[in-house]
Amino acid sequence: MSRCLSERSIDHVILERGEVAHSWRTERWDSLRLLTPNWQSRLPGYAYRGNDPDGYRTLPEVVDFIAAYAKTIAAPVNAHTTVMSVRSTETGYLVRTDQGDWRCQTLVIASGACNVAELPAFAARVPSSIAQLTGQQYRNPGRLAEGGVLVVGASSSGTQIAYEIQRSGRPVTLSVGEHIRAPRVYRGKDLEWWMDAAGVLDERYDQVDDIGRARRVPSLQLAGTPDRSTLDLNALSAIDVKLVGRLAGVTEAGKAQFAGSLRNVCALSDLKMNRLLELIDEWARANGVDDNVAPPHRLPPTRVDDSPPLGLDLAAGGIKTIVWATGYRPDYSWLEVPVIDRKGRIRHDGGVVEAPGLYLMGAVFLRRRKSTLIDGAGDDARELSVHLASYLDGRPAEQTAGNAA
Amino acid sequence: MATATNKAPAKNGVNTEALLAAREALSKAPQAAQFKWRATNEWKNGTHSNSTVEGYYGLGQEHRHKKTFNFDADHPAVFAAEDNGITPVEFVLVGLASCLTAGIAAVAQHRNIQLRSVKATVEGDMDIQGILGIDSDVRNGYNGIRVSYDIDADAKREDIEALVAQSQKRSAVYDIVTNPTNVTVVVN
Repeated sequence: MSRCLSERSIDHVILERGEVAHSWRTERWDSLRLLTPNWQSRLPGYAYRGNDPDGYRTLPEVVDFIAAYAKTIAAPVNAHTTVMSVRSTETGYLVRTDQGDWRCQTLVIASGACNVAELPAFAARVPSSIAQLTGQQYRNPGRLAEGGVLVVGASSSGTQIAYEIQRSGRPVTLSVGEHIRAPRVYRGKDLEWWMDAAGVLDERYDQVDDIGRARRVPSLQLAGTPDRSTLDLNALSAIDVKLVGRLAGVTEAGKAQFAGSLRNVCALSDLKMNRLLELIDEWARANGVDDNVAPPHRLPPTRVDDSPPLGLDLAAGGIKTIVWATGYRPDYSWLEVPVIDRKGRIRHDGGVVEAPGLYLMGAVFLRRRKSTLIDGAGDDARELSVHLASYLDGRPAEQTAGNAA
Repeated sequence: MATATNKAPAKNGVNTEALLAAREALSKAPQAAQFKWRATNEWKNGTHSNSTVEGYYGLGQEHRHKKTFNFDADHPAVFAAEDNGITPVEFVLVGLASCLTAGIAAVAQHRNIQLRSVKATVEGDMDIQGILGIDSDVRNGYNGIRVSYDIDADAKREDIEALVAQSQKRSAVYDIVTNPTNVTVVVN
């Protein structure tokens, strides 16, 4: 957004609570790699030029990438500036920070979709003998006590964390709720390549059937594996991770209760994956790609035990640590503008918030399916900056109709 | 994802428009979505009892079914009872299957899939050493429940499997059976 505003000579400042790429520096585990391939991180006027386009950036490489971009575009970053509150004024917004106040006509909220780990209320009933970590707090298996680990959540974070903890010799039980399985590489190409090429990632928020639903779908169970292998539940079963159903409760006595729906959440996930692969195959056929790639195939169904355990006595000593990979939500506690719905989300139309001059970036499916990817920021910023510029000019700010129109 | 086709709209007897309108209305007024379902039950003799279902609360007011429904429950002769009705655990199977089947019809309608026949067979495994107090390690309830569907519909096998999977995802009874629920029983 800063780059797009600079192109339009719109005077602006970026407030950053820490250093550029703060959450990447402080809220990620050590081994994490970006789940999109190197080539795919395309920012306005900036793209990957290295010799490993199909690789996945390590955490330090992600930090370097974002920091280098900020430098390249000479982004006016005020680092170590924490926003305390934002409220409306007659002419725009008053932003109070721990480094003084700012007044602005327009404000872009780009504080992220994953600020706070979402924990179920019954986490409070977990016996105190068990260490509890969120995905933001977890760093590496070496920091965990020896002994069993319960990882709750089987999307991208949960599966990756479960994998490396199991490999460290700590037996992992993985509690599996709804998730979206996806092969890392399909027909010889990265799944992200297919979704990019077939236009899936460019699907717009105003063109999908039910945007509310699309925004609630869990993210793909993808991992930036160095060998480009698929890290799905079958891969975890193969190294003896124990799969159980969604964690449904913890009793007063400290017994974890798992839902008996494991088979169905896996069936739903397999079906959804196969629909995506079918869409990819159709696109490949229709676009003459078939001859340049490997033939279509399907992954074996997710293996589920006949009777996965429905309970686990947390007080019995087998489990030493619980890692909550149960998702995140944005933190808007500082936003004193009445634009938050009852679920704590900002009401917006493709990033145009209903309060005049207020914009949102980086939310799930903000304007496109790729809106939360680094690769999605460019298109969203280009369109929202057009709207923002019109607003500043006092012209009616119309929503741009997107590339297809 | 779904490609537009020119086939005739499915007629499964489900008023999807009304359901979608209700969904839209209730997402704006979540308090109206608060329902209370009720039944009364009266002992007859032995293990025989009779349940009555007539009223429920929802959309901010009391409602009545169009007639009062009665259900006898009992146990069969192998339990030295008179078999005046199905056993309570069989009611659970009936509830599960009828909920899943209703969901299949609703989802099929929404996805414009014409159903020709939907038949479910439900079987639950139970070790009655639990309820008889023979072995405290054996639970009272089902060890596992299997539901198998025979569905004849105007759709591919994967689409039919997706109907059944989505129905489980949205089924109240499936949720009740697969997740714990706090139950409070008091004596007035």
